[in-house]
Amino acid sequence: MIEIKDLHKSYKVGKNALHVLKGINFSVKEGELVSIMGSSGSGKSTLLNILGILDEADEGTYHLDGVPIKNLNERIAANYRNKFLGFIFQSFNLINYKSALDNVALPLYYQGISRGERNDRAMSYLEKVGLAEWATHKPNELSGGQKQRVAIARALASHPKVLLADELTGALDTKTSYEIMDLVQKINDEGKTILVVTHEEDIAQMTKRIVHLKDGVIINDEKVEQVRAIENV
Amino acid sequence: MFSLERWQEVFETISKNKLRTFLTGVSVASGIFILIILLGVSVGMQNGIEEQFERDASNIINIYPGETSLEYKGLNPGRRIQFTNEDYELALSNKEEVERKSSLYRIWNGLVSYKKEFGSYRVEGVLPDYQFLENASIIEGRFINQSDLENYEKHIVIGNRVKKDLFKDASPIGEYISLSGLNFKVVGVFTDPGGDREEARVYIPLRTAQVVYGAGNNIRSMGFTLPKVDDYEQALTESKEFTAKIERQLKAKLLVNPLDTSGIFISNNIENTKEIYQLISAMKIFFWFVGIATLLAGIIGVSNIMLIIVKERTKEIGIRKALGAKPMSIVGMVLHESVFVTAFSGIVGLILALALLEFIGPMVDLDFMVNPSVNFNIALTTVVILIVAGAIAGFFPAWRGARIKPIEALRDE
Repeated sequence: MIEIKDLHKSYKVGKNALHVLKGINFSVKEGELVSIMGSSGSGKSTLLNILGILDEADEGTYHLDGVPIKNLNERIAANYRNKFLGFIFQSFNLINYKSALDNVALPLYYQGISRGERNDRAMSYLEKVGLAEWATHKPNELSGGQKQRVAIARALASHPKVLLADELTGALDTKTSYEIMDLVQKINDEGKTILVVTHEEDIAQMTKRIVHLKDGVIINDEKVEQVRAIENV
Repeated sequence: MFSLERWQEVFETISKNKLRTFLTGVSVASGIFILIILLGVSVGMQNGIEEQFERDASNIINIYPGETSLEYKGLNPGRRIQFTNEDYELALSNKEEVERKSSLYRIWNGLVSYKKEFGSYRVEGVLPDYQFLENASIIEGRFINQSDLENYEKHIVIGNRVKKDLFKDASPIGEYISLSGLNFKVVGVFTDPGGDREEARVYIPLRTAQVVYGAGNNIRSMGFTLPKVDDYEQALTESKEFTAKIERQLKAKLLVNPLDTSGIFISNNIENTKEIYQLISAMKIFFWFVGIATLLAGIIGVSNIMLIIVKERTKEIGIRKALGAKPMSIVGMVLHESVFVTAFSGIVGLILALALLEFIGPMVDLDFMVNPSVNFNIALTTVVILIVAGAIAGFFPAWRGARIKPIEALRDE
């Protein structure tokens, strides 16, 4: 599903170039649940941005579902993001003046789907994350866990190939974090490919594979025995 | 660009950001409101000044006879010149150039009485066009007409002052008043921007006056106007050429030395109105300047607000882009919303201002401010200009919004 070869990325900080990613080789198959771990400054967010077509690598190749991601103009990049990827952020990033339902329906708006169908599909995803009754509520009327569920529903709404989650439990307490991870695991069980960036060991243990990143290179990539989140709630 | 889906999205955004929309709308509406009121005041002042200065037609040319000061062809100086109907006809041989024309026979003090009321007023025997030379307007009835003239009718048109003196509040039309012992039928009442002085007059048909006062063929003076020209300098040149020609013809016929300056007097009002022309055009320039400055301030205000809106929505735009919004859809969203808000509130401001001018305008009658009003097309044009300029000015904030990188937008926590 994801094929990365010899990926390099550096940022200019003043006169110096900050070499953030120093040759990443990495691949993810369909249906995997992978966590990317590392301390801050290890390059995990940069890697996620590149994977999410929000940023572009300097060197190396990146194939997403067999499509080369290289030198895309903004329009095509936007199209690919919409078609291939679903994002889940630490700070939820819901649009605060839109209801939960409208937030979930937004990616479908950019796919050019009619309003009626958009709302039907958005509603079915809200049911899936257990928030059907909260459809008309605005984000500020929801708890952190509920907001993240809405964000997950939104990420799923456009039928993406891959879900990318950036510290998705970073703003939540442990119990809520595990509930969210339980939802993530269930979605993965249905066959969705999911990448989770985290620095929390217990969250990483709930995925099926952990990739350790340090100073811009992968130092460890191992499959782990998945801990089911539901058992720890 | 203007799909139903986009409209739904715009309405949703607007209805959920009421305060922001309201503030934008108020600034645009008040800008247009002020501009329209200003334009109205400008028109009102122009009306007021014109009314103050234009007692007579602004381009009237009057020709009076005088007393010769130079000998000519054996005739002694000090000879009184007398105009007759033939002289008027001669002056009229330049007919194609003339717009309004009248000759005049005048009695300074005519005794006018009605029942027990009486007064002494200036009596003028005139032709139908004289109304326009005097800038008089009819309040009741009509002015002297061609048939009055041809039939030597004893019809009389009285000034508003005369009407008030003799008739108080009653209508004088159809009543008979006595003028120098003869009964005249009142056919009209006029008002003159010259005020009481020019309204203390009565007009009768010229030929009637010549017969009644035994004047034979004699006339006292003649007046003409040329067709109006917008450009002052051109109007001045044309009227000077015209008066020079008439002066030459009359002097030749009446045996006045061509160098004599007192045999025939020609007063050309257009030379006196130069100041008014200049004042009005200076005022127009001033109000246009203020109006354009206001409009510019409005446009800058709109683009400023839009810049703030884009800034405020940076994160939202980042989210939308992460979810697959294309750059043009961001530009379209921002522009669509702002053009809609600008247009709507601009028209609201326009309607409020027009309503105010419509209701208050006719009540305003100060010395230098009469009936402020505004040309609807000009008003609508300013709204269109504001919308277009607002959209152009708003395009740059929108474009900036489209260039926002999702990572940067989403990073600012």
